Amino acid sequence: MSKLMSAKTKEILLGPLAKNNPITVQVLGICSALAVTAKLEPAVVMGISVTIIVAFGNVIISLLRNTIPNRIRIIVQLVVIAALVTIVSEILKAFAYDVSVQLSVYIGLIITNCILMGRLEAFAMSNRPWESFIDGLGNGFGYAWILVAVAFFRELLGSGTLFGYQVIPQALYDAGYHNNGLMILPPMALILVACIIWVHRAKDKELQE
Amino acid sequence: MSNKLRKLVDKVKPHFLPGGKLEKLHSVFDGFETFLFVPNTTASKKGAHIRDAIDSKRTMSVVIVALLPALLFGMYNVGYQHYLAIGQDAGFWSTFVYGLLAVLPIIIVSYVVGLGIEFIAAQIRGSEIHEGFLVTGMLIPLIVPVDTPLWMIAIATAFAVIFAKEVFGGTGMNIFNVALVTRAFLFFAYPTHMSGNTVWVRTGTTFGLGGGTPVDSYTGATVLGELATASSGNIQVIDVVGNPIGFWDGFLGLIPGSIGETSTLAILLGAALILFTGVASWKVMLSVFTGGALMAYVFNLFGPDTAIAHFPWYNHLVYGGFAFGAVFMATDPVTSARTEIGKWIYGFMIGAFAIIIRVLNPGYPEGMMLAILFMNIFAPLIDYYVVNANIKKRLKRATKKA
Repeated sequence: MSKLMSAKTKEILLGPLAKNNPITVQVLGICSALAVTAKLEPAVVMGISVTIIVAFGNVIISLLRNTIPNRIRIIVQLVVIAALVTIVSEILKAFAYDVSVQLSVYIGLIITNCILMGRLEAFAMSNRPWESFIDGLGNGFGYAWILVAVAFFRELLGSGTLFGYQVIPQALYDAGYHNNGLMILPPMALILVACIIWVHRAKDKELQE
Repeated sequence: MSNKLRKLVDKVKPHFLPGGKLEKLHSVFDGFETFLFVPNTTASKKGAHIRDAIDSKRTMSVVIVALLPALLFGMYNVGYQHYLAIGQDAGFWSTFVYGLLAVLPIIIVSYVVGLGIEFIAAQIRGSEIHEGFLVTGMLIPLIVPVDTPLWMIAIATAFAVIFAKEVFGGTGMNIFNVALVTRAFLFFAYPTHMSGNTVWVRTGTTFGLGGGTPVDSYTGATVLGELATASSGNIQVIDVVGNPIGFWDGFLGLIPGSIGETSTLAILLGAALILFTGVASWKVMLSVFTGGALMAYVFNLFGPDTAIAHFPWYNHLVYGGFAFGAVFMATDPVTSARTEIGKWIYGFMIGAFAIIIRVLNPGYPEGMMLAILFMNIFAPLIDYYVVNANIKKRLKRATKKA
């Protein structure tokens, strides 16, 4: 284990969770973070899908990195991502149809997610497969936890449910409580992401500009 | 009187200065002191400054006074609508007291929440307390329906003060009008409590006063609500118990609506004060009305065959939040355009957009709020182009001479 998890690989894995988070620090992949976070379930599925695709895409590109002609590397990267996205999309359609309907085009649009292209280009093209895999996992998790955090608040306050189960008791509604309709609308996702960025930068002095 | 007050303030002042017992509350003390007395530091003693006793706290106070007619009328109207709906005649004072008791909690909630956040933000920043919420806190109760639950107002106020003002740097730095953000938050978060037929007139009791069953002919809709849901092209608008109403009813304001927006007369009284004292810009006000009237007239002539498009242009100006928005919201010196030509463009666009939203989107019968927020975004852009155009013009003149 100690060989697998040297200090450097640990940094590669854990860095993207906070200090180098793809959403809150690099500000990549914002569009999907707004689109799929109205409910927890699609957010979790989206997070897992992106993690798998970026991890395996990283491995494949890293294996091919010495044979890819420099001038067509973007095309090769796109083909690899597109193939993986198609596989994930088909699996979702086969085994989790409801969620895949909710996610609609956004699974397909993972192809255009900046995090993937960014990691392939910036990391996998110049690192060995194992580090690339770890980097993919780290960035995928970094993306996923922001999505889940945002979706948690949006679903709780906007629909009163978590994973579709009612968590705000009926008694509260009877007493005059109402779900906040603004939480369901996309602007609130932006504001919640902003809040996470706010807290993050307030704690981490290095990130302050 | 004011001398005694000054002495009292001076006596407790040392406690709040650095080293004093209550040093931490310095910004709170400072807020109260500068509210009571104009500080000596409005302009530097040296150099060529215009020295004036007016600072932003005094400006805000003028606006508060200007809001009083709309507020008092709004209170009376809340009671009036209530007794009209239940078919009773309660006399002037019980009508007013009913409205007073209905509106007062909203004012208190708005101020307590908003000022609370302002005080905390000032303590965190270590700056003095900003005075901007004085006016915002009074505007918020005037632009919500009387039956809005208090907790919703508290949440919306907190949201608006934090996300529309404090994160931008506090009073004077906000892009959007804070009171309108509060209303927009309520409108989008709790649409059932901000539109429809049940929120504008309180039919229940208020602290044990009033209460009863609405009369048979009762409808709780606002005039704009009636128009938005009308099926035929030409309808006669009615008040809450079915009597036909026209321009002068809208002008006087004994109609259902948000608390302070109904009476154009009371709003114009306030407008006279803020125009006379020079707090608000007459250019913005006039151009909002012009833009609205022109746009409504265009719809009268060429609009689609809907009730709201056929609504006479002069009625558009006195019903709904149009007049209130034009006088108290569009003229907000922080969020409006600042160049003189910019003010004309800014106001005109607000008026025109408000009517466009009203007529073309039946989902938003009240377009004023969205129109003003929309133009708030564009105010800096308008200013930028006005300034640039002026620079170009003068540059041309200068180069021509040379």
